[in-house]
Amino acid sequence: MALLSVKDLTVKFAMREQSVTALDGISFDLAKGERLGIVGESGAGKSITGFSLMKLISKPGFIDRGQIQFDGRDIAKMDEPALRDIRGNHMAMIFQDPMVTLNPVLTIGEQMVETLRAHRKLSLEEAEQIAIVKLREVYIPSPEERLRQYPHELSGGMRQRIIIAIALLLEPKLIIADEPTTALDVTIQADIMDLMLELCQTNKVSLILITHDLGVVNQMTERTLVMYAGRIIESGRTREIINDPQHPYTQGLINALPQQTLPGQPLKQIPGSMPSLTNIPTGCAFHPRCAYATSRCKTEIPRTLRFGAVEVACHEVERLKAGQGKAGTGQPAANGNASANGDTSAYDEASTYDEASANGSGS
Amino acid sequence: MFAYLVKRAFQAIAVMFVISVVSFAIQDNLGDPLRELVGQSVSEEVREQLREELGLNDSFITQYLRFAWKALHGDLGTSYFFKEPALTVIFKKLPATLELVFGATVIIIGLSVPLGVYTAIKPNGLFSRIVMGLSIVGISVPVFLTAIAMIYLFSVELQWLPSFGRGDVVPIFGHWDTNFLTVDGWQHILLPSIALASIMLPLFVRLIRAEMMETLQSEYVKYATAKGVRPMRIYFVHALKNTLLPVITVGGVQIGTMVAYTILTETVFQWPGMGFMFLEAVNRVDTPLIVAYLIVVGFIFVVTNTIVDLIYGLVNPTINIARMGA
Ligand SMILES: Nc1ncnc2c1ncn2[C@@H]1O[C@H](COP(=O)(O)OP(=O)(O)OP(=O)(O)O)[C@@H](O)[C@H]1O
Ligand code: SF4
Ligand SMILES: [Mg+2]
Repeated sequence: MALLSVKDLTVKFAMREQSVTALDGISFDLAKGERLGIVGESGAGKSITGFSLMKLISKPGFIDRGQIQFDGRDIAKMDEPALRDIRGNHMAMIFQDPMVTLNPVLTIGEQMVETLRAHRKLSLEEAEQIAIVKLREVYIPSPEERLRQYPHELSGGMRQRIIIAIALLLEPKLIIADEPTTALDVTIQADIMDLMLELCQTNKVSLILITHDLGVVNQMTERTLVMYAGRIIESGRTREIINDPQHPYTQGLINALPQQTLPGQPLKQIPGSMPSLTNIPTGCAFHPRCAYATSRCKTEIPRTLRFGAVEVACHEVERLKAGQGKAGTGQPAANGNASANGDTSAYDEASTYDEASANGSGS
Repeated sequence: MFAYLVKRAFQAIAVMFVISVVSFAIQDNLGDPLRELVGQSVSEEVREQLREELGLNDSFITQYLRFAWKALHGDLGTSYFFKEPALTVIFKKLPATLELVFGATVIIIGLSVPLGVYTAIKPNGLFSRIVMGLSIVGISVPVFLTAIAMIYLFSVELQWLPSFGRGDVVPIFGHWDTNFLTVDGWQHILLPSIALASIMLPLFVRLIRAEMMETLQSEYVKYATAKGVRPMRIYFVHALKNTLLPVITVGGVQIGTMVAYTILTETVFQWPGMGFMFLEAVNRVDTPLIVAYLIVVGFIFVVTNTIVDLIYGLVNPTINIARMGA
């Protein structure tokens, strides 16, 4: 059974006039110990996805419908006390900017101990001992002294290591890391990623890694979701997505990578930009920027269909694959989007056609 | 630390210098000291001779230096009315004023923190709306109106509390009589303290609320929530500490300002402090007393600001007092 199973998750922001849709019926699964990447340009809805998994979307935002089955319980339906039990305990989060994540007026020790004591009955000494062990695990030198220090006394890289240590304090089943290295010096970004990979593997923790960087996704994750305007437009095994992207948007992202460009040539950026939530284009939201767009793309939201190890939502891909007449392709996805299992055989079991889920929230 | 203290001391000296020049200029232009010293009957020649002897014909700078020199030795002149050294008169009145300011400060801190925090946490609640509405009223109503309204209600109509004076006071040391050791003293200080607090309280509630609301939006508060920390701990440990840092700075200045507001409050309640005394001194053109008052109040201002700065440095871990000003 999947550790996390998100179904038809829809998140809206209540604006003055009407509400805008930030996440439009996204579905995906995550197996225990699996590492999943979420990529997409700025504004695609990656962070909103990460925060909604903890039901941490602030004020005008709300979960409109959908399920977030985590460890057999639906987070979307939980009240605050139940959520408090999950947060930091079974599911931990690593924020983007370590310079503003830690409270400036509390010591590292206080911020670690409070996390432990929020979930377990421990004495101060016991909690500090655990904190010291975890600080060692993230290679913080002289951890005993760090406990007495304030965040401003430490470098950004050191702070992010501490935040990783805090995430590991209660041995969670899932860690959500939202661009954990973007705010850091380039020279230490790789170190932090290596550390996270090592810790996830040794502790058998599932990871959801939100990032702009397809290279990082390739190094860190087994499966990837590509998001555009609040929808998942392609998902599947990371290797497949990087080596053989199907969706025109994913292809655009990969073509824009610096290593895809010959020296001296300008980067091949996708023309145009991510739409704002207040005017998401009709049909396929990517159509104003897509070279393959047809009139159908402007009116009809493409279904999410499975082709081998990936699931894609694109009319053009659907047409091409149908034309090739390949056996076993074009299967509607089991629950609209990526399945938990990395192996392809599991995909073949999903054969029932489910118009509603395949169309996502097309209505 | 040492560098900081030296820097701070220089600032204090500079401020005191400005205050002393202003005070002296006032003294120089306010009334004629001779008229206070001698009667109308003295002839012009004698007056001129006295002027020369008293140094009143010297240049402004010479006269100022003489004034400053005496002031540094604790001599701010003799009150025309009390026939006593001005400083002595003031020190007799000082405890009453300081106790009043203290009472008001306790009320302000005791109420503004819980009210500010509550209205920030539940900005749309009925109670919050009432508090915010009242705070607008509180800011716009002048102190003397608040004071008179309270006297009318609690002293005249309900007859619960006395309306003037300090009541029974108990000497603790020197000139210091305290209100806080007798029931009657407490009853007397209550209304004036509330009246004095009423100016600053709404400001502080609004300030704490605004700072708190901003702090509650911060990443570290969201992060604390993501760690599963209880709301009460988030409000009072994570958010309040960060909220109070800027409030301390503003608060220090306001407490200094409050000393000036005591003039109004003390007058309405006939409170025998130095604010009341100052107003009488102005009426009597008791120049040495006026000047001494200005200098003492300026000094209190400088001292409170320095103390508040030091507290800020101690509370804020990102400021290293040992290295401040270095
Ligand atoms: N409080 C809010 N109110 C209204 N809209 C919001 C709010 N927070 C986020 N959004 C919008 O939701 C959309 C998705 O935001 P999100 O932060 O998830 O993007 P992202 O994919 O994480 O981008 P980035 O790479 O820049 O972090 C954006 O268009 C953003 O403007
Ligand atoms: S559905 Fe149409 S517009 Fe959207 S990506 Fe495919 S071809 Fe382009
Ligand atoms: Mg983001």
